[in-house]
Formats: sequence, structure tokens, C-alpha cells
Amino acid sequence: MSFFEIENLSLSFGGVKAVDDASFSMDEGEVFTIVGPNGAGKSTIFNMISSFYAPSHGAIRFKGADITAARADEIARIGIARTFQNIELFEHSTVLQNLLIGREIHNRVPVLRQLIFDPGMRRAELAHRRKVEDVIDFLELAHYRDERIANLPYGVRKKIELGRALCVEPELLLLDEPASGLNPEETEDMGFWIDDIKNDLGISVLMIEHDMSLVNEVSDRVIALNNGRVIASGSAQEVQNHPDVVAAYLGGAA
Amino acid sequence: MRVLFKTDYNQDIKFAKHGGYVFWYALLLVAVFLAPVALDTYWVNELTRVLIYALAGLGLMVVTGFTGQVSLGHAAFMAIGAYTHAFLLTQGVPFVFSLPIAALTSGIVGLMIAIPASRMTGLYLTIASLAFAIVVEDLIIHWESVTGGNRGMAVDPPALFGYEIYAAWEYYYIVLVLLIISIALVLNILRSPLGRAMLAIRDSEISAQSLGIRLARTKVLAFFLSAIITGLAGGLFAHFIQFLSPETFGILLSIQLLLMIVVGGLGTVHGAIFGAFLIGLLEASISILKDWLPPAIGTQPGLEPGLFGLILVLFIIFEPEGVYGRWVKLRTFLESFPFYRRNTFKRQRSYLKTERMR
Ligand SMILES: Nc1ncnc2c1ncn2[C@@H]1O[C@H](COP(=O)(O)OP(=O)(O)OP(=O)(O)O)[C@@H](O)[C@H]1O
Ligand SMILES: [Mg+2]
Repeated sequence: MSFFEIENLSLSFGGVKAVDDASFSMDEGEVFTIVGPNGAGKSTIFNMISSFYAPSHGAIRFKGADITAARADEIARIGIARTFQNIELFEHSTVLQNLLIGREIHNRVPVLRQLIFDPGMRRAELAHRRKVEDVIDFLELAHYRDERIANLPYGVRKKIELGRALCVEPELLLLDEPASGLNPEETEDMGFWIDDIKNDLGISVLMIEHDMSLVNEVSDRVIALNNGRVIASGSAQEVQNHPDVVAAYLGGAA
Repeated sequence: MRVLFKTDYNQDIKFAKHGGYVFWYALLLVAVFLAPVALDTYWVNELTRVLIYALAGLGLMVVTGFTGQVSLGHAAFMAIGAYTHAFLLTQGVPFVFSLPIAALTSGIVGLMIAIPASRMTGLYLTIASLAFAIVVEDLIIHWESVTGGNRGMAVDPPALFGYEIYAAWEYYYIVLVLLIISIALVLNILRSPLGRAMLAIRDSEISAQSLGIRLARTKVLAFFLSAIITGLAGGLFAHFIQFLSPETFGILLSIQLLLMIVVGGLGTVHGAIFGAFLIGLLEASISILKDWLPPAIGTQPGLEPGLFGLILVLFIIFEPEGVYGRWVKLRTFLESFPFYRRNTFKRQRSYLKTERMR
């Protein structure tokens, strides 16, 4: 039984086969990367894992359990958190509030107690606040704690979105292009954080990324996707040098 | 410029974030509690009306301002609260029981319409809420045995433990205390998981879901709380107007409530209160304006709704953060002078996101 796997996953939008019979499996503690040209179907795979889309075929399994039919709001509880390609933060809330929302699944209190806000409720809030502060320290976000998202630059937002996913305390973290839009220094930082997430926090990472320097630096294993199909898998080097991958990026038929 | 040194996480949980807040809000509390001493009956009545509006607006704020579900039918919850309360009073149920039952009835109706409505988004939900309000209005007209239909229904004066309340100032205090309690409960929700989940849904449904927030449940709870608060306002309004008729709770009142929270400032408790005061002022000005305008224009039946609609549109386009948002900007400008950045608030336009692409 592998830690996480997708098996023969397919999904079409109208006539377009966005994902076409794709399979892979990853081990616990790995950084597993999906590369591929634009429109290859990478984000669509993430959206199926998140249950935003239901695959027309195939299965998604996490720690042996079939999670294909889980509701979108159950995925976090199962132990999978994610970031989005086009940052999806709560724009009108502060950084702190965004991170606290990441505690949702650990912080379920009867509504009546929330209305009254009894001392036990306050203690729970403070405990979650301490968890959030750990993430703030980890990603060095202290400076922005009380800023509204709408006032923050892009690079910082990416970090906050990563932080929010960490507040979920997942076992598997899905990162959709964590380095897109970042400058070289920020990309390098992202690489260090991904290493730390794997080594220090013990979270497995499934990542989509275009930036090959980052892919080379952090990935344990890589697969390449084109037209919704897996066309190569192996180490970062092996995949990059695979003739089908080269052809796919050059725009040829794979 | 004020720099806050945080020594304790409790500081972020407190209602009053620093000493300045404590001072100003204490002053405000003293002022509203002493108001009936200083004002004559006419103004105490006007102030009571504003407080009832504020309460109704607070209810709408929960669903529209915090959760982002635009409702154009909230007058119906006021109607349910008002009629239920008035009817229970005629059946001999005491005020102290009748009012909470009325609020809860409104809440339960809110719950029932929210269950199908929570699957809708944006414009569809708004239209559904409008349709709901029309159905309620029709029901009131036709359920004559309870509501008196088009003839209307007189409301008994409130009585607390056998003591009948006639004086304006006495009723003012009842309304004031209930408003303050409601505000405190809403503020509690806002600093709790449910409040954060509501704000999250407003800004991004997909990322809220990916964090484990149950969309339907959160929306339904928001509707429930919202309908309770607005229903309570309806019950209080019943005594205030003393006579209920179906047209009191028509589409105009719904628009007025929406106008209130948009003008006051969406997404904040302050906004509901500010908005109520502004609408109170606006109503007073319109009635003065009517006398002053040539009768051909002044007596047009569409004058009020037209003006309300116009102001609503202007605010959504030019001042989407409302009057409270404008005040926050001004305060930030003064506090940070001369370091104010012109675009501190730049990317915050477009608040009423009613439709969203995945
Ligand atoms: N909601 C949708 N409706 C219709 N077509 C879609 C939808 N989402 C994705 N597609 C299509 O599916 C295909 C795969 O899209 P996907 O977003 O998964 O690509 P990607 O590999 O993430 O690309 P990129 O690197 O540009 O992010 C594309 O042809 C895209 O146009
Ligand atoms: Mg993508």
C-alpha cells in the first residue's frame, strides 16, 4: 500500500481530455513533483484530489482509503491541505485571521459556546493562536501579522498561503506552482522551506512546478505530464532529459 | 502614529484593542444611556427608530456583510418577527416570552429557506430572497385570521411583568439593551471559528472548502442567526409603529436595509450602526425635501425608492467600503501623517462579489 496514489484518473471538459488515464503513486516523506507544459492537466489533477471536480474514471487513494468520492470539505480532515496556482487568500481579512482559518478542522466548538465565548472557548482560541504563531515564526511572517491581505505584495501572499496550509497540520501538502511569480531569492527561500517542511515537519509534499532549479533542488521524484498523460517518471534529471519530455516542451506531439 | 506592543494574545481577542477604544466607547455608552434625559419625546422616538433599524441591519450584516450572500428579502424576517409577536400578544403570551419566540420563529423560517438557498450563489440567491419576501407579503395579506390581512392589525403596548410601558424613554431602554446584547453576541461570533468561516466564504468559497469549512452549514447558520436578529428587530418595530399592515414590510424596506449596510460599510458591525443613523437622517431629510419640492415632484410615489436606489448604486460604485470605511481611511491618514501611502487601501475596491469563477 502506497502513501498516496492516483490510478487511471481521467476527466474531460467538453471535448478536451484534460486528464487522460493518469496514474502515479508517492511514498510518505517524499517531495514528489509534477512537471509539464501549460494545459497539461496538472492543476486539474489537484482539483480532483481536492474533490472540486469528480473524475470520470479512476480512483484516488490516501493511506489505503479510497477518497475519490469524499466531499471537498472533508479533504482537509483526511489530512491533505493545498495551495492554489492563483493565490486564493481571504483578501479582506488580516494575515492572522487567514492563518486562524487554517485551524478550522481542529477548532470545532458548538455554536452556542461561540456565541457566549465562555472561558473554555477563550482557552481554545489561545491554544490555536499559539499554533498559528509557530507557523508565523517558521515562515518569518511576524512583520505582516496584522496587515490585510489586499495590502500585501505577491511574494508575501504566496508565503501566507503556504502558512495557511501548514496551519491545517496536514500529512500531505499539495503545492500548485509555489515559485510562480517569485523572484530568484524568494524562489530559493521557497526551496529551503519545502526542505524544512519535509525534514522538520515530516509532511509529504506533492508539488506542481515549472521552475526547474527548484524542481532539481527539492524533488525526490518527478513525473512529466503532457495532454493529460504521464509521459515520463524518475529523478529530476532523468525526466528532464527524456526525449518525450523535450519534445512536449518544444511543442511537438508526444 | 500608534504602535501597539503586544504582550498577550488575549489582546487580539478583546473587543477593545487599546485604551483609546475603551475611552471612546465608554463615552458613547454614557451618551446613549443619558440621551432620553436630554432629549424630548419626539427625538427619543426617532432615536428608538434608528436603534431598531440598527438591529435589523446588524442581522442583514451577518448574512450579506460577513458571509457575502446578498439578501433582498430581509424585510420579510422583520415582518415574521413583528406579526408573530403581535399575534402572540393578542393570545395573552407575555412580552418577555413572546418577543424571543417571535425572533426564533423568524430564525427557523430563515433556516428553512437557507437550506435550499445555500446551494445557490450570487444573483440567484438574491432573486430567491426577493421571491421569498413576496411570498411572505402575500401570506400576510391572505392569512386574515392571524394577520388581519389588508385591514392590518393593532399591536398591544409592551408590558414587563404586569407593568405597561407607554413612555417613549422606557421603550428606548428596552431597545437599547437588546441592541447592545445582540452586538456583543455578534462580536463573539466574529472572534470565533464560525465568524471566521463566514468571512472566508465571502472571499473565496473554494479555499474555504479546501480548509475544511462546510459551506452549506456555514451559510445556513449565518441565515439562522441573521433571521433571529432581524426578526427580533421586527418584534420591537411592531410596538414602535403600533399598527401592522402588509405594505410596511415590502420591498422598499428590504432595499432600505441593504442600503443601510452598504452606506454604513459592509463587513463591519460599525457599518450597521452608522448606516442606521444615516438612513434615519436621510428619511428625515426626504420628508423635509418633500415639503420643499414642487408638489408635482414631491408627491411622486416613487421618490423614496428612487432616491434610495440611486444612493445605493452610487455607494457601490464610488465608496464600496461605506462611510465607516471612509472614516477608517481618514483615521489612518491622520494617525500616520505624513507617511500616508496613497494606495494603502487601493486594492480593496469591488466588495460585493456576487459571482465568482473557480
Ligand atoms: N473548469 C474548466 N473548464 C473547462 N476546461 C478546463 C477547466 N479547467 C481546466 N480546463 C482545461 O483543461 C486543460 C488542463 O488544464 P490545467 O489547468 O490542469 O493545466 P495545467 O497543467 O495546470 O497548466 P498550467 O501550467 O498552465 O497551470 C486545459 O486545456 C484547460 O483549458
Ligand atoms: Mg495549473
